[in-house]
Formats: sequence, C-alpha cells, structure tokens
Amino acid sequence: RRTREALAGELGASVIGRVDDGVFERIEEALIRADLGVPATARIVGQLEEEVALGRIEGREQLVARLRELIAQAARPDGSEARLDLRARPAVVMVVGVNGTGKTTTIGKLAAALRGDLGLRVLVAAADTYRAAAVEQLAAWAERADTEIVRGQPGQDPGSVAFDALEAAQARGVDVVLIDTAGRLHNRTPLMEELAKVGRVVSGKVAGAPHETLLVIDATTGQNGLRQASAFAQKTPVTGIVLTKLDGSAKGGVVVAIAQELGLPIKLVGVGEGIADLRPFDPEAFAAALVE
Amino acid sequence: MFESLADRLQQALGEVRSRGRLSEEDVERALRQVRLALLEADVDFRVVKEFTARVRERAIGTQVLASVNPAHQVVKVVADELTELLGGTTSEFVLPKARPAVVVLAGLQGSGKTTAAAKLARYLRAERGLDVALAACDLQRPAAVEQLVLLGGRADCTVYERGTDATPVEVAGWALGRAREEQRDVLIVDTAGRLHVDDQLMAELQAITERVRPHRVLLVLDAMTGQDAVNVATAFAERAPFDGLVLTKLDGDARGGAALSVKAVTGRPIVFASTGERLEEFELFHPDRVAQRILGMGDVVTLVERA
Ligand SMILES: Nc1nc2c(ncn2[C@@H]2O[C@H](COP(=O)(O)OP(=O)(O)OP(=O)(O)O)[C@@H](O)[C@H]2O)c(=O)[nH]1
Ligand SMILES: Nc1nc2c(ncn2[C@@H]2O[C@H](COP(=O)(O)OP(=O)(O)OP(=O)(O)O)[C@@H](O)[C@H]2O)c(=O)[nH]1
Ligand SMILES: [Mg+2]
Ligand SMILES: [Mg+2]
Repeated sequence: RRTREALAGELGASVIGRVDDGVFERIEEALIRADLGVPATARIVGQLEEEVALGRIEGREQLVARLRELIAQAARPDGSEARLDLRARPAVVMVVGVNGTGKTTTIGKLAAALRGDLGLRVLVAAADTYRAAAVEQLAAWAERADTEIVRGQPGQDPGSVAFDALEAAQARGVDVVLIDTAGRLHNRTPLMEELAKVGRVVSGKVAGAPHETLLVIDATTGQNGLRQASAFAQKTPVTGIVLTKLDGSAKGGVVVAIAQELGLPIKLVGVGEGIADLRPFDPEAFAAALVE
Repeated sequence: MFESLADRLQQALGEVRSRGRLSEEDVERALRQVRLALLEADVDFRVVKEFTARVRERAIGTQVLASVNPAHQVVKVVADELTELLGGTTSEFVLPKARPAVVVLAGLQGSGKTTAAAKLARYLRAERGLDVALAACDLQRPAAVEQLVLLGGRADCTVYERGTDATPVEVAGWALGRAREEQRDVLIVDTAGRLHVDDQLMAELQAITERVRPHRVLLVLDAMTGQDAVNVATAFAERAPFDGLVLTKLDGDARGGAALSVKAVTGRPIVFASTGERLEEFELFHPDRVAQRILGMGDVVTLVERA
C-alpha cells in the first residue's frame, strides 16, 4: 500500500501531465521497493523510456497505464496457462516450497474451493511428517473444507504417504488429490532429493502425475525467491506459482522476475488466513496494486 | 546473476589497479556495483541510497583519489561502512532478575516464532540452567497449540496451554499467573502470526503485552524478507516496541540484507540467529557473518587485501 501511495503521490504531485527525467527514477524506485529486483526493473523502465523517446507515450496517464501493462505482461510469460489442469482422474497436485510460505493453508483453501465451488471429491495427503503438528494442521483444514485425508505418521517416509493417498484415491474414485509436503530450504540437497523422490513415487503410481506442482512463494520474500524457484524447478516439474500473503503491504514483485527469468506462470494468490482467501492470479490487478 | 559484492568491486576497479590513479568516474562505477549488490541482497532501497552517498563522500573527498593505492581505499571504505551499519559487536541477551522474566515473541505469519520460542526455551535451559515455561497464545493457526506442546516437550520445558476457547490475552494472563505460582525463571509467550497492516491483530498484540508486561520483546524476522522488512519492523515497533530481533532461516542462501536494513532504520540489534529446524540450531547473532554474506566472501580483511 505504501509503495502505491508513494508512487501515486509523486507522479501526481511532480509530473503534472508532463514526463520529466526524474519520473523514470521514481518508477524504478517503486519497482525495486516492490521486490522486482534490478534486472526485471531495468527491463520494464528501459522499455518505457524507449517508448517515451519515440513519442508513443504522452503524459502521466498514458505513462502509468503503459507501466501497468508492461508489469502485467512480464508477470504472465508468453503462452503460459494460468489455470490448473485438473482433467485427469485422479488429478494430482503437489504443493512445495520453503518453510512457512503457506503450503498447508493453500491446500486447505484450494480443497475447499474444489469441493465447495466445483463439487469435486477431494483428498488431501499429509505428507509433511517432519514438522511438529503439521499433520494435525492439515487435518483441521480437511475438516473445515469437508474433504478426505490420508495421514502420515510422524517420521514416516513422505513418498509412502503419497503412495497410500493415491491408492486410496484410486480405490474410492476421488477426483483430486492434494499433496502437502514439508517446507524445505532449496539449498538443502538431501531434502530436495527427498522431494524429487516423492515426485517419482507419484508419477510411478498415477500415469502423468503430478499434473500440477505448485511452488508457494511468500509475497514478503525478496530476491531469494528467484533462487527458490530455480532450485525447486530443477528438482520437481513446477507448473506454477502460488503467491501468498498478498494481503500485507509487500507486493510480491519477485514473481515478476521469476516469470521473466524462468517462464513460470503465477496461478493463484493467497490474500488472508481464511478459507475463502484464495484467488486466481489476475496480472492486471497485480500490476495495478503495484503502481496506482 | 548473484555475483558477490566482492567480485563486482574487483571487476569495477580491476583495471584501475594497474593504472594506479582513481578518477571520479571510477568511483561512480564502483558505487554502481555496490548499489546493485546491496539491492540484490535485499537491503532496503533507502538504506542503499544513504549508504552509497556516504561511501561517495568518503571516497571522493580528499585522500582517496590522491592516495597511493586508491582502489584499495575504496574497497576499505565500503567494508568499513558495511560493518558499522550492522552494528559491529555480538549482542548479549541479558534477562532481568525478575521471576519470571517474561519474553514475548512476535512477527509475521510463518516467520518462525513458535520454533524460535522452543529454541529460546531450550537455549536458556541448556546454556543458562534456567527453568523455562512456554505459553501457547496462538489460538488462530490450526494446531498451533499442538505444535508448541510438541516442541516444548522436545525442549524439555513446561507448556501452559488452555486449548483455543479463551482469548489470547486471557491465556497470556493465566499463564503468567501460573509461572509466578510455580516460580519459573522465564516465561516465553508464543503469539499468532500477524500482518503489520492488520489493525485488529496488532491491537491484540498490544493487549497481550499490556497484560503480561514483558521484560523483553523479540521480533522474529525471516532472513529471506525483501524490501518490506523496514515497514514491518517500524510498524511492530509502534505497537509492541521490541528490544531485538531473531533472524530465522539463515541456513538458506538468502544474503539477509533485510537484517541490515532493520538494524539501520530501527537501531534494534539482531540478537539471535536461527539456522535450521532442529532446536539446537540457534545461537547468538554475529553481525560480521551477515556482512560476510553480503560481501560474498571470506572476510572483510581479505577483501581489502585482495584489492
Ligand atoms: N495473511 C496471510 N497469512 C497466510 C496466508 N497464507 C498462509 N498464511 C499464514 O502463514 C502461516 C504459515 O502457513 P502454513 O500454511 O503453515 O505454511 P507452510 O508453508 O505449510 O509451512 P511449513 O509446512 O512449516 O513449511 C500461517 O500462520 C498461515 O495462516 C495468506 O495468504 N495471508
Ligand atoms: N530451515 C529453517 N526452517 C525454520 C527455521 N525456523 C523455523 N523454521 C521453519 O519455518 C516454518 C514456520 O515456523 P513456525 O515456527 O511455525 O513459524 P511461526 O512464525 O510460528 O508461524 P505462524 O504461527 O503460522 O505465524 C516451520 O516449517 C519451521 O520448521 C530456521 O531457522 N531454518
Ligand atoms: Mg505446512
Ligand atoms: Mg506459530
């Protein structure tokens, strides 16, 4: 919110329908402060500068509109599909990411949406058998969302929990399986190998699975988000990003860098701790929140 | 991508070294690299601006341009300023004689509060022989109480919990009463994660601190935090003035520029470093190590020597 106000204030107060040199510096500042990082910011500001120089943009309003457009474009890689592909039966979704980003909560919200809005039969798999009370946390969400759950035992091999869940899903005719995994830092090689193994178990059990592998990125994250995305994408077939905690003042701009550098689409956003606080990613709204 | 500040400076000033003399353009070129490296390390935009301005002043002013080895001087100025900004020495965590000494942990969702509560409890018990109790005042996140009970057990400490029916303020007050009765040395209060822009939850945090009047408040901050860190810290400082920070997830590869920014803006030191999920992975914070992470090499001295 602050970035938004700051930029709106400065553009409004000092530009007054005219585009001076300082304006690019202020835009650059706003984008950096939204965590886009230097390269992504430079690309967008460079493009703007060029278009202004060519006389394609005139005045403050056009400039702001074009800026938003460029951010929205950057946030959605060419040809990428923002929707979840859940056509398979069962459709299998794995949720991965570093510690504390909002994986378990996102699964709870997503389960509720698939169950409630689409009437699908959903099963959640508590394959985080490491973190204290992670299974209980997911069980509480399963109850709220009115879905089935396969629980791992503390210390159980996460791959075997995933296997059990898929077997149960196939036997019961479940539509969608959501697999919760333990948070892990992307530079911890053994833990990343363990995650890759869960993926192999899943694909061995259900052909074509996991159909979606969602990487959860916390909007508060800075430039490290880019490293997270590239490391997770190397170990698992990440199909999209979930950007959580967008209800705060952080803008989550690092996903723009992730989309640009790695071509990963942003699919969902988390906007609170409640069961209904999950939204499809809307690049225009995202860009508008960045620069208004 | 991800070049270290040390490498960037080497490149920017490498050719100057053979030439021997340093022009103002050389300094500007070096400063651009400093700026890039700091932003990439998530140092706050405004802090970067002030930092480069100070370095410019010291580098362009007087001696450096004329000195025998100017490139060496520029690097030294950067290294000095960086270390100073982080606060030089390791902070102590001193608890008052009061019984119980009350510590409240606060922070954003998922930053690592509950884990840090148990880690701090274990640390105080194991390193200082104190009798520590934990209070489960997060009644919001599903299974937060169970999590603290499990971790508290691993830390070999008592956990005061009353499920999720009461309010967090009530549980906090009740836990303090029990800690007094049972003559505990320390009571550590785990609170729910909250966004600094959530007025209602920030008011609740304030009410908890008014109820238990903590001797120490620690803000728990994720080392991966980006440009929002200063906003977060200043907002928490208003509602629950904190004495220091716990910087978590330092076992990752984030450079931790957020820590530097928060220190620079709030003046509050980083007291503890959390470096893993296991309870023993917790220690007093050494500022020079974060300076090293940002510089991206062994230590400042080597950097200066290499230049
Ligand atoms: N404000 C806000 N909080 C969120 C959002 N998503 C998750 N949270 C909170 O963030 C904290 C961590 O969420 P979890 O779902 O436990 O995160 P996780 O990634 O499963 O964590 P680990 O399994 O420990 O790695 C909880 O307090 C959630 O309530 C969101 O969109 N907005
Ligand atoms: N790798 C690593 N993980 C950590 C560290 N500290 C905490 N975690 C993990 O981060 C996740 C969140 O930690 P919690 O202690 O639940 O965080 P919290 O702030 O209490 O979360 P909420 O109560 O939901 O706001 C868990 O998966 C922890 O195991 C650390 O220093 N390193
Ligand atoms: Mg989880
Ligand atoms: Mg907690």
